[in-house]
Amino acid sequence: MSPAAEPARAPASVEDRFEYVLRLGDTSLIAAQRLGALLGHGPALEEDLALGNIALDLLGQARLLLALAGRIEGRGRDEDALAFLRDAGQFRNMALAEQPDGDFAETIVRQCLLDAWRLETYESLAGSQDRELADIAEKALKECRYHWRFSAGWLVRLGDGTAESHARTCAALEKLWRFTDELLSADALDARMAVCGIGPAPALIRERWETRVSAALAEAKLERPAHRHYPWHGKRGVHTEHLGHLLAEMQFLPRAYPGVSW
Amino acid sequence: MYTQALDAPQPPSAPTDERERLERFQARIDADEKIEPKDWMPEAYRQTLIRQIAQHAHSEIVGMLPEGNWITRAPSLRRKSVLIAKVQDEGGHGMYLYSAAETLGVARGELVAQLLIGRAKYSSIFNYPTLTWADIGTIGWLVDGAAIMNQIPLCRCSYGPYARAMVRICKEESFHQRQGYEIMLTLAGGSAEQRAMAQDALNRWWWPSLMMFGPSDTDSKHTAQSMRWKIKRFTNDELRQRFIDATVPQAEYLGLMVPDPELRWDETTGHYVHGPIDWSEFHAVLKGDGPCNRERLAARRAAHEAGRWVREAAAAYAEKQAASARDAQAG
Repeated sequence: MSPAAEPARAPASVEDRFEYVLRLGDTSLIAAQRLGALLGHGPALEEDLALGNIALDLLGQARLLLALAGRIEGRGRDEDALAFLRDAGQFRNMALAEQPDGDFAETIVRQCLLDAWRLETYESLAGSQDRELADIAEKALKECRYHWRFSAGWLVRLGDGTAESHARTCAALEKLWRFTDELLSADALDARMAVCGIGPAPALIRERWETRVSAALAEAKLERPAHRHYPWHGKRGVHTEHLGHLLAEMQFLPRAYPGVSW
Repeated sequence: MYTQALDAPQPPSAPTDERERLERFQARIDADEKIEPKDWMPEAYRQTLIRQIAQHAHSEIVGMLPEGNWITRAPSLRRKSVLIAKVQDEGGHGMYLYSAAETLGVARGELVAQLLIGRAKYSSIFNYPTLTWADIGTIGWLVDGAAIMNQIPLCRCSYGPYARAMVRICKEESFHQRQGYEIMLTLAGGSAEQRAMAQDALNRWWWPSLMMFGPSDTDSKHTAQSMRWKIKRFTNDELRQRFIDATVPQAEYLGLMVPDPELRWDETTGHYVHGPIDWSEFHAVLKGDGPCNRERLAARRAAHEAGRWVREAAAAYAEKQAASARDAQAG
């Protein structure tokens, strides 16, 4: 099943590898930025600490991935140049990651849908032909398993908790579900990365994601929303209005005081 | 509600066995024995500890807010990561401290409720705003530095659970202090704008940091009894002096000016002499009239209120699980 088991194929282009690693790195970075904003404002101290942990893990993944993207690109951009000095249109994160924290149900639904995708993707990437990417994925996997346990655990408690928590979680699912189209629809780059043995087979990710998420929704007594075609994909640089605001805040210091170290 | 009247001596009419118990308790303290949760202790000792540990726990939790204010704007990914870890550590400290307080027979929920209705105190320093990135460095350097001065002696506090919690907390705090100083070193060695940012932060945080040690010994309500009980090992003024002596050379190394025109080195005592502290500001901030008192409490209340339905959902789910486990057992 893993790409590594396949025979060696034509190498991917530098541009493809760069774009692909950016998709992964940016998705983790933007998700970490959202969760970081919640620290100190969670529903209970234990949840505050858990969300802080997850933010730290995601930020750690983002740093490794962006540093790798910079090396692949070979133009001297490091993790900070990539994080702080690109505008929204150059970001390649999944649009789901940039959606606001909302109430705790929205935070959990967003995390859960992304965590399932990340877990399956990294599981597969651990066997990637790109050794550096495979090493990062392997390290991230342990974290991703914990993230999924946390978010799916809360999805179940909220879905099967009180009438209010159930209603809020349904509303969050309804609001965010359209962004799962992007997680599961492979574009030409995803397909090329799979063919050259770097990225996972898109059909495999879709199937495993569906199984994982459906089981969690069933346990949470939540209806799966109807599929909606949503072709505006962050991974191709087409974002929602939220990303610009997020970046304006995140990038403020390096933009206001260019060229200094911090 | 835990303060005042605690320093009152035991009434002379206390029954003999009560007096004997008090003497035995004091003898254990004098022999540097640790008092453990199940041991007998005077009610005033218990209440003093609850008050102090709860204030400390609340300070950690409220302290997450001013620093958390810069997580989304940290200027590099490494700094962001260190700051998230630091704010998370503060939350962890709050958690151990609430647990230490619980060993004295008070529930965390009760202590948090006191904070939310504005009855419990927390360190006045967290009622000051974090206006620039240099404030994050300064808080690590000065505020965590002052906290360490205060807290290292608490590792030898007579109450076992508090002393043990403090050992771990102090290790993490000294790590935070070094991280803060490292931010200051980078800024002080940076551009003119960065140096100005660092100086401005020192100007704003210096005096509030000195106030963190509490009122001068002549005005401190709790010091004498707390020293006898070895809850406190040094007076407020002693600790403040130590902090100043350690910190002034660090400011000099950074090339920053301590904002006290009267500050001078006294050859004969081997200590710095500082100018007068504006205690009216300290008391105003303590009373609720600091720059951010309202915002800090409002943020804690908002998180608590917004989390209510979440906590209810978790409780309802746990109850359903327990009920089905009972049914399965019965069936």
